[in-house]
Amino acid sequence: MKAKNISGAEAVINALVENGVEVIFGYPGGAVLPLYDALFENKKIKHILVRHEQAAVHAAEGYARSTGKVGCVLVTSGPGATNAITGLTDALMDSIPIVCLSGQVPTHLIGTDAFQEADTTGISRPCTKHNYLVKDANKLCEIIHKSFDIASSGRPGPVLVDLPKDIQLSNVEYINKITKIEKHHKDNFFNIDKDLINKIATLLLQAERPIIYGGGGVINSGPEASKLLTELVNILDCPVTLTLMGLGCVPNTNKNFLGMLGMHGTYEANLAMHNCDVMLNVGARFDDRVTGRLNAFAPNSKKIHIDVDKSSINKVVSVDYGIIGDCKIVLSALVQEVKNLHNQNKIKSKTKWWSQINEWKEKDSLGFKQVGKNIKPQQAIKSLYEKTKNFDTYITTEVGQHQMWAAQYFGFSKPNHWMTSGGLGTMGYGLPSSVGVQIAHPKSLVIDISGEASFLMNMQELSTIVQYKLPVKIFILNNEWMGMVRQWQELNHGSRYSESYTASLPDFVKLAESFGITGLRVDNIKNLETTIDDMINIEGPVIADIRVEKEENCFPMIPSGAAHNEMILSSDDNNKDTSNQGLALV
Amino acid sequence: MSVYQKNEVKEVETSRTLSLVVDNQPGTLARVIGLFSGRGYNIESLNVTEIDKIRNLSRISLVTRGNSMTIEQIKSQLLRIVPVHIVRDLTLEGPFIKSELALVKLVVKGANRVEALRIAETFRARTLDVTLYSFVFELTGKPSKLDAFIDLMRSLGDTEISRTGVSAISRGHKTETKLLDQI
Ligand SMILES: Cc1ncc(C[n+]2csc(CCOP(=O)(O)OP(=O)(O)O)c2C)c(N)n1
Ligand SMILES: [Mg+2]
Repeated sequence: MKAKNISGAEAVINALVENGVEVIFGYPGGAVLPLYDALFENKKIKHILVRHEQAAVHAAEGYARSTGKVGCVLVTSGPGATNAITGLTDALMDSIPIVCLSGQVPTHLIGTDAFQEADTTGISRPCTKHNYLVKDANKLCEIIHKSFDIASSGRPGPVLVDLPKDIQLSNVEYINKITKIEKHHKDNFFNIDKDLINKIATLLLQAERPIIYGGGGVINSGPEASKLLTELVNILDCPVTLTLMGLGCVPNTNKNFLGMLGMHGTYEANLAMHNCDVMLNVGARFDDRVTGRLNAFAPNSKKIHIDVDKSSINKVVSVDYGIIGDCKIVLSALVQEVKNLHNQNKIKSKTKWWSQINEWKEKDSLGFKQVGKNIKPQQAIKSLYEKTKNFDTYITTEVGQHQMWAAQYFGFSKPNHWMTSGGLGTMGYGLPSSVGVQIAHPKSLVIDISGEASFLMNMQELSTIVQYKLPVKIFILNNEWMGMVRQWQELNHGSRYSESYTASLPDFVKLAESFGITGLRVDNIKNLETTIDDMINIEGPVIADIRVEKEENCFPMIPSGAAHNEMILSSDDNNKDTSNQGLALV
Repeated sequence: MSVYQKNEVKEVETSRTLSLVVDNQPGTLARVIGLFSGRGYNIESLNVTEIDKIRNLSRISLVTRGNSMTIEQIKSQLLRIVPVHIVRDLTLEGPFIKSELALVKLVVKGANRVEALRIAETFRARTLDVTLYSFVFELTGKPSKLDAFIDLMRSLGDTEISRTGVSAISRGHKTETKLLDQI
């Protein structure tokens, strides 16, 4: 169907609608005024005005991760686009589908150092899955359609479309999306080899000490993949551990779930990884936070890796079997095959393996003692979980100790309910991300578990929260330190706390009040639970300033350059000297 | 903790010739090169030109070096780039031809002029420009042949060199037509 001539800007908005966009997070400026004009009084797309372009991208990430849809962003040229870069990099690292539209100076001014000109496609090239500079108005519609396909297919990621102002103003003919777009063909090329599936199923059934390790790829593949993974775990009755990005894809209440693995993972998860004989990695990428020292990583195991991205397989860890494909497609074939073989009684007993794992569990690596009146941050998260687990609760976090405590002590029973910056570790992610989540789920309980330092990085978004009446709860574990930095300085740098104290903090209660929202403060354990109740029950947004034990460390921990079986469980364990090589690591 | 140590399996590094078919559009080459610089891989030689005007496709011939795990990474990373359609590892596929063109300017006087011409003839170089003080030779062939020629020329006088980088193609009757039709 060919529509009458409309402006480029109108065509862009039409194309967004056609690609299912209902919400766009943005911030206006000179180079996107035609687009804003086209949005004016548009009924189909709701524009959410953020207060910083980085926050626009994080909000879109929260929206995307909690819905499975593509998040959409609109920023102006120059500073608008450069401000968005951290968000785009974050989305690239965590494989979040985003389409970011940026304004650009008119085509005839490109290259002249015009006002608010930046080489946006040049700057964003390494931090996007793909990007476009639209120089020909006739290609506009096609490029927008393609951007959505690229962002959402294969391994998802951010796509940026740079739109010169004259292109937005030109007359174009609207072109519909071709009904059955063969998605980016390389991404759809999955080779599910039946013999390989059979081999892997046999290997898993005959393993004496198997473990399944799931990651963000399972979540990205959709809720079906999470169900299939849980089913596989149940049939095999084998232990399962999840990465930071994978939390929720197997319910925390599943008896086979050992908790998160990796640097701050549980003792039992890491030791089970270290001692397994068969490891199945589903949609995770052997990140360095997970593997520990590579040459000591699960040394006596056969490794199987399922990933949609071929380049993830054999990137850091060489595996015995790699399957390229979308998790849910591969898992469904695998579950079927395991069921078939299982009926023929091909399963090995795992009693010994489980009793070994139960022994490790007895270490109680997440144990802590709540004594005295000071609130232990672990207790704060535990109580928060207990108080909210019966609601449809979405958690976002910032980056630091509080993030790890949230991952350790909050239980996630469903996928898409946990939004955190894993790959890039972006402080300031959580608050804007909660904006996107709450917009997508207006009736749900959305909580940003925050640190006082991280909160300050994007706190301007309080204004957005107030404008759109988003009842986001901001749960600040306030330890007056950049706690994670302080912890590393304590453990690795002789307790020389260089620049890690968060001085001159605002009064968070008054800060909340200045935005017309409620602020709560608690510093005594006996009032913790009532404060959490209040936070939940008060209508509208709340900042809860939870004053926690200031010098608490996050354990267990695999120290710099160590292996899974060299975890430390408390500060007393840390008497090993750190090597220079270890110190160099991040 | 993080593991930024080098992979300790020390495997021999070999030179590999890759042949890519990509969309001829701005940014494609930047993405390919950015991949190499951003992830710390080497490019030993690079050559790019349009090969299909109608479908707007270019060929990139690229010589890189690494152990087999690195090479596999390079190939899969290249294939992740949206406008990269085909990545072939010619070294792995079988017999192939590598050819390069060099333009060599030699500033030379006296008896060495005769010597230069004699060497050029032995190498079957063409003489494209002559003055009383200089020559420009054009030579095509294997990079090692070009190296040898350039070394000899350098010993005769002041030189200026321009090379195209390796262009490569597999031997035999197989073509990419089928793969190209899927784009
Ligand atoms: C943008 C950014 N800058 C710096 C860092 C390095 N960093 C990691 S954790 C951390 C401290 C976070 O402090 P806070 O938000 O108070 O959390 P806590 O660790 O105290 O819970 C810092 C500075 C980062 N991750 N992101
Ligand atoms: Mg702090």
